[in-house]
Amino acid sequence: MNINLTLFGQTLAFAIFVWFCMKLVWPPITAAMAARQKKIAEGLDAAGRAQQDLKLAQDKVSNTLRETKEQAAQIIEQANKHANAIIEEAKQQARTEGERLVAGARAEIEQEVNRARDQLRSQVAALAVAGAEKILESQVDAKVHNELVEKLASQL
Amino acid sequence: MASTPAEYIQHHLQNLTYGKLPAGYERADGSVLDQATWTIAQTGLEARDMGFMAFHLDTLGWSLLMGAIFILLFRSAAKSATAGVPGKLQNFVEMCVEFVEGVVKDTFHGRNALIAPLALTIFVWVFLMNSLKWIPVDYIPGLASLLGLPAFKIVPTADPNGTFGLSLGVFILILFYSVKVKGFGGFSKELAFTPFNHWSLVPFNLFLEILGLLTKPLSLALRLFGNMYAGEVVFILIALLPFYVQWTLNVPWAIFHILVIPLQAFIFMVLTVVYLSSAHEEHH
Repeated sequence: MNINLTLFGQTLAFAIFVWFCMKLVWPPITAAMAARQKKIAEGLDAAGRAQQDLKLAQDKVSNTLRETKEQAAQIIEQANKHANAIIEEAKQQARTEGERLVAGARAEIEQEVNRARDQLRSQVAALAVAGAEKILESQVDAKVHNELVEKLASQL
Repeated sequence: MASTPAEYIQHHLQNLTYGKLPAGYERADGSVLDQATWTIAQTGLEARDMGFMAFHLDTLGWSLLMGAIFILLFRSAAKSATAGVPGKLQNFVEMCVEFVEGVVKDTFHGRNALIAPLALTIFVWVFLMNSLKWIPVDYIPGLASLLGLPAFKIVPTADPNGTFGLSLGVFILILFYSVKVKGFGGFSKELAFTPFNHWSLVPFNLFLEILGLLTKPLSLALRLFGNMYAGEVVFILIALLPFYVQWTLNVPWAIFHILVIPLQAFIFMVLTVVYLSSAHEEHH
């Protein structure tokens, strides 16, 4: 319990420890802490930014997806329409073609009929002349009676 | 070993003293010194008679050891300090540093690179010195007496020299910064003209302010010393009980010191910061 030189020894030791702590302990530790703080802050910042980027990208993706879907739907609709149109057109074409064929056939038939009639007519004229010759027992001058015969034939 | 309880207690509260005995001094063993001699005191009386010219080897030794532990531990953490993932030691050291930094930031508003490391040193060093109380009171003194040492006391903060040594350092810093910040004139003026700003009251002011100034290191040292010394005495008293009942008191008292030891270190640190803070501020 005596106060003695220990007092100054203690003070001296105290001063040395404080000096050592101030020069060699405190600065590196606080520097490391500050650096880590900065690093963490940067990391958090980057994470926040990445999250935002992710959100943007997700928005973009869903937008694109929606647009694409719409486009696809549109294309399908167009294709359907187009197909319908083609079918319709084909039907129309077929119909006109059929009609044309029918008309052609009809014309041909008529032509045939007419030709047969002409043939028949010419034959009828010859027959009529021959018949008249037989009846008159004389030669009918075809040239003279041509007009008459023609008239007859046309009446058939 | 001492035989009676009083001797036992006295023995445990006696420091290992190395000092100068005057010529013609009759020592405890009856021999008379023919000239002034530096020697180890064999009894409390001899230690007392050495007066001021003596050292407490145990106080100095243990406080230096604790200080060295602090320095080595923290220096090794500081050397390998990394901004990346910290190791366990670095984590612990950073926890201490952060804690002290927080206290200093809350209390000290100036800019001074010394205050925070000073506070850290005080906190950890005083904590380590206080924590020597957890070692059972007879272990190390018993070992010392086996080595032939007449007395041994291991807690440096239970020695007024230890605590006053610290507070003396703080006191010097208070004076230094008071003069540095306010100038010698400003500091003198502060002492002379507060709290009563009138020339006729200068002596009264001086008396009051100087008393207040001196109270600071005194209260710092005595608070720590008183707490540690009283705790030590109680540990010694408990150690006088029969060994099979000692734990019933020893254990709660030691557990209680889990609170007391860091608290006293913390108080010493905070008050140091407060005193230095007021040394930096102008009073009006």
